Amino acid sequence: MSGVPGDPLEGLPFARSRAVERFEELMFGAIRLEELAEQARKETRKNFGRTMRLFAPLYLSNECLNSCTYCGFSKENPIRRVTLTPEEVEVEAKHLSGVGFRNLLLVSGEHPREVPVSYLVETVRRTVDFFPSVAIEVAPLKSEEYRQIVGAGAEGLVLYQESYDRAAYAEMHVSGPKRNFDERLGGPERGYEAGFRRIGLGVLVGLADWRRELVALAAHVSHLMKVGWRAQVTLALPRLRPAAGGFQPRVAMSDRDFVRAICAFRVTFPQAGIVLSTREPAKLRDGLMELGVTMMSAGSETEPGGYTGVGKGRLHRTVRGREVALEASEWEGAEATEQFEVSDGRSAEELSLVLRQRGLDPVWKDWDRALAE
Amino acid sequence: MATKVSTTKGWKIGDREFHSRLLLGTGKYPSVSMMRAALEASGAEIVTVALRRVDLTGGKDPQADMLEEIDAEKVLVLANTSGAMNAEEAVRLARLAVAAGLPKWIKLEIHPDPRYLLPDPIETLRATEILVKEGFTILPYIQADPVLAKRLEEAGAATVMPLGAPIGSNRGVETRAMIEIIIEQATVPVIVDAGLGAPSHAAEALEMGADAVLINTAIAVAEDPVGMAKAFRMGVEAGRRAYESGLGPTSRMAAATSPLTGFLDE
Repeated sequence: MSGVPGDPLEGLPFARSRAVERFEELMFGAIRLEELAEQARKETRKNFGRTMRLFAPLYLSNECLNSCTYCGFSKENPIRRVTLTPEEVEVEAKHLSGVGFRNLLLVSGEHPREVPVSYLVETVRRTVDFFPSVAIEVAPLKSEEYRQIVGAGAEGLVLYQESYDRAAYAEMHVSGPKRNFDERLGGPERGYEAGFRRIGLGVLVGLADWRRELVALAAHVSHLMKVGWRAQVTLALPRLRPAAGGFQPRVAMSDRDFVRAICAFRVTFPQAGIVLSTREPAKLRDGLMELGVTMMSAGSETEPGGYTGVGKGRLHRTVRGREVALEASEWEGAEATEQFEVSDGRSAEELSLVLRQRGLDPVWKDWDRALAE
Repeated sequence: MATKVSTTKGWKIGDREFHSRLLLGTGKYPSVSMMRAALEASGAEIVTVALRRVDLTGGKDPQADMLEEIDAEKVLVLANTSGAMNAEEAVRLARLAVAAGLPKWIKLEIHPDPRYLLPDPIETLRATEILVKEGFTILPYIQADPVLAKRLEEAGAATVMPLGAPIGSNRGVETRAMIEIIIEQATVPVIVDAGLGAPSHAAEALEMGADAVLINTAIAVAEDPVGMAKAFRMGVEAGRRAYESGLGPTSRMAAATSPLTGFLDE
């Protein structure tokens, strides 16, 4: 297909299905953006109605063993780090529940000692008391570990491949367990088999040629929908933003291409959920509300303890794998360092108002624990 | 002189009598107030509510307060088990609904596939058997499968609700041939559920002899949901009246003249 260099599916265990061909045609073919947007709007309405699901991320820990060039949590960044205790996670969860959220995403860096599976199980157990729907976004785990987390009450798994381009992936993931491309690639299917009901796929736009990445993501979505036919598949295309460590996105994607991609995914996969985070600015988020996006976060904090300030007393830095205390002068007003800068800083309440003004009903609760106990 | 138009006949599910033959779903609306307005305009006496959208803990969660918008004195709230993948999950949801104060009427929806939301016949039959024994009035959403419809009747289902086309597809009565058989054989009301996208589709189902139809997407996502609710109400009434009045036989060709045998009349 014109515009896509090389074979985007080379080295990937995904078939070039009809859906993939359809995606390429919509994304890179002659159809005008306005016409594609109209199709996307119709499909979104038909399949999801005039609604928007809302969710909130809760960062558990910014400790990480990986060194990734684009991520603020990367091991060698001398950032302020902390892992919330399960009690502190509960405080953050209660706060988010009070704000109105009923759909929670637990996020963590990869650190088996600081953030072991038993800890994840414990935090899920504590948060399902306040949230009918809990999902996790952590490093890829083994099937048995996923089963434990599902057993604790989580129903959603978010695991973005970051990049489907093996060369770019190897280059960006300098060291740490995350270097294992295939371990990560197989994660969503292991999660499905372990019983997760909603599975989120995605690429980080900016690591490699986004045209190839989008086609690969389409193939992954298409593949997972076939083998994981009982799962609700969602997808996301977070565009990288500047992060600690001085990262600047490599391959920029224009707003116009981003909107086109959302629309092309919507029309290709009419029933897939499409997630849009606060990485994107308010104007763009508002424009995309009707064009395919079905899940949004709001008022997000992307550091552990960001909502209530819990965990502040244990902030530290990590130097060559060792914890180092903050200097006395650093404590004044210090918070853990965020993963990325939030662009749309509106609160959940403000976003709800905008949704209503646009004739969209904010949906907070769309799941019940009774469905998967 | 204008003659007074008589109303069409009432119908029953179990012992409860209804006059409207239009059931409404409550999802996909731009706001709950719009949903309520469409509901009023439709004249529906039964509305379905997805249990996953409401608070089942009895805590009246303001973030999941759709039930507050529905006047349970005027309409029957029919809880649906959407999201359930198997009989166990559906049974658990049904019991929780009753514990949360909802009527013991359940629209049984068990669809393991979240994309086309097609009903699982095996799990649906199992759940019906369990819930009927517990005294529930069960309205199962099913494929347009005449044998399954009979099996569910035997298991004590209060109605059968075959799909016209996949949920939300607005394609009309694409399963017509099978629904005709279901209607012919049924001893319980047949409600065509899912896939009806226009008032003419609803009229078609009623003309065929379906007892009622359930509409959600076509009304909820219309530019004017209230106007569309009225249109469906009229479509349903027209279809039912036509059925009661006895439609003429249809033929593929015009039958005005008889070119081959006309000489007999000369």
